Amino acid sequence: MFSTRNFNRSKPVLFILILFPSLLWAYQFVTGNLGVNPIEKLMDELGLMALRLIILTLMITTLSNIKSLKSIVVLRRMIGLFAFYYVCLHFSTYIVLDHFLDMQFIIQDIIKRPFITFGFISFLFLIPLASTSTNNMIKRLGFKLWKKIHYLIYPVAILASMHFYVLVRADKTEPVIYMGIIILLLLHRIFKRITRPQLAQ
Amino acid sequence: MKILGSEITPYKTYLNRRKFIKGSLASAMLATVTSSAFANHESDFSIYTKNLNENDKLNSYEEITTYNNFYEFGTHKKHPHLNSGNFKPRPWTIKIDGLVKKPQTLDLEKILSKVTIEDRVYRLRCVEAWSMVIPWQGFQLSELIKMVEPLSSAKYVQFVTVFRPEEMPGQQKRTIIWPYREGLRMDEAMNPLTILATGLYGHDMPNQNGAPIRLVVPWKYGFKSIKSIVEIRFLDTQPETSWETLAPWEYGFYANVNPNVNHPRWSQGTERRIGEFKRRETLMFNGYEEEVAHLYKDLDLTKFY
Repeated sequence: MFSTRNFNRSKPVLFILILFPSLLWAYQFVTGNLGVNPIEKLMDELGLMALRLIILTLMITTLSNIKSLKSIVVLRRMIGLFAFYYVCLHFSTYIVLDHFLDMQFIIQDIIKRPFITFGFISFLFLIPLASTSTNNMIKRLGFKLWKKIHYLIYPVAILASMHFYVLVRADKTEPVIYMGIIILLLLHRIFKRITRPQLAQ
Repeated sequence: MKILGSEITPYKTYLNRRKFIKGSLASAMLATVTSSAFANHESDFSIYTKNLNENDKLNSYEEITTYNNFYEFGTHKKHPHLNSGNFKPRPWTIKIDGLVKKPQTLDLEKILSKVTIEDRVYRLRCVEAWSMVIPWQGFQLSELIKMVEPLSSAKYVQFVTVFRPEEMPGQQKRTIIWPYREGLRMDEAMNPLTILATGLYGHDMPNQNGAPIRLVVPWKYGFKSIKSIVEIRFLDTQPETSWETLAPWEYGFYANVNPNVNHPRWSQGTERRIGEFKRRETLMFNGYEEEVAHLYKDLDLTKFY
């Protein structure tokens, strides 16, 4: 049995572990060690990290159904906020480094190209999640409303994985794996709801 | 990375056949980058180099050989560089068949002994909106076509890449339908800009760039420039090509570089030149409009993309 205290104590380590890649990539970018096309590489790495963290938050919820891992849920907020951090870096790399603040082009790109639209909506939906991720907010909104808002993580995860899927030109194995994991995690929630409706509340 | 003349393994045939002629702009550029190996050139090819804007700069050997799309060796840009070590580009033959006077299988060395190897500095624009400037060595495809004498009924040329899954790990997975196939209309194939390249920067063609012989069609997106060619077929109908078969709504047979016709998933209006920070405008026909626009004067380029 892992206690809340166990998980809370792991937080500083987890914080550094998740933060570290962004610092490393920033350092590699500045020193010219991100390969031949560094802007593309940076954008890909940041986006992939964000998607993985989004999936990780879904996994944590599922894992917390296991009795001995019940308290793992205390890690979810931090990981969720880190997902938002990486999405922000990913999006600003696209705007600033890739397109040099050419807003006319960027707006066209978001409207006209489905994969960018998916990514952008996913980013927008993450904003209310991130901004209500404090204890105070849960109190102010009430747990029920707060929980409803946080159901947005489902469209976020699906859109983010579609954003990745559409982007890949030929070998779709990796995005399909992520989509598969998301679908399994969602199916598990639906299954839980049907079999034990009282627990789902 | 600067390539020193002493580091270059010169292409045997290329060196043998080189003659003494005054340097053009491109040879001067090459000379600064690669030192003495490129001091002299076969012919005056200023009709090509005049298309090299003064703000075009050669990409480095490292850039050209570590960032490649060659799915036969894997789908990531670094895979061809990392996974192509076991590929054996010699000995090599090319099968010539279809609508030709005499279908035959030609030894590469035999072909090379009959053609003129020259330097061509070309921009390469990938359909993914990045680009490079590459100093190729090769010969005009038209030379080979004349040699094998296609019938007058031949209207298209199809090219096929080698299929060797044991040497090309990417082929063990069905990411696209192997072998890779590409094609050109006969007048595109005969255009003086179209070459079969056998080297770059004076090296034998590196495995990851399509050893030992590949097509280079500089006014079309990079995927048209098929690598490691083992078969050339002359046809009277437009051949199927790999990317068009995979996603016809995204990749057309023509695939001419065109900033006004966007790919459904991204804009083709701008590109990132490898090594540069800001994107630059993409040029019509990749800047080779003067040489090739006449080929398409009766074609609706928004339909035949």
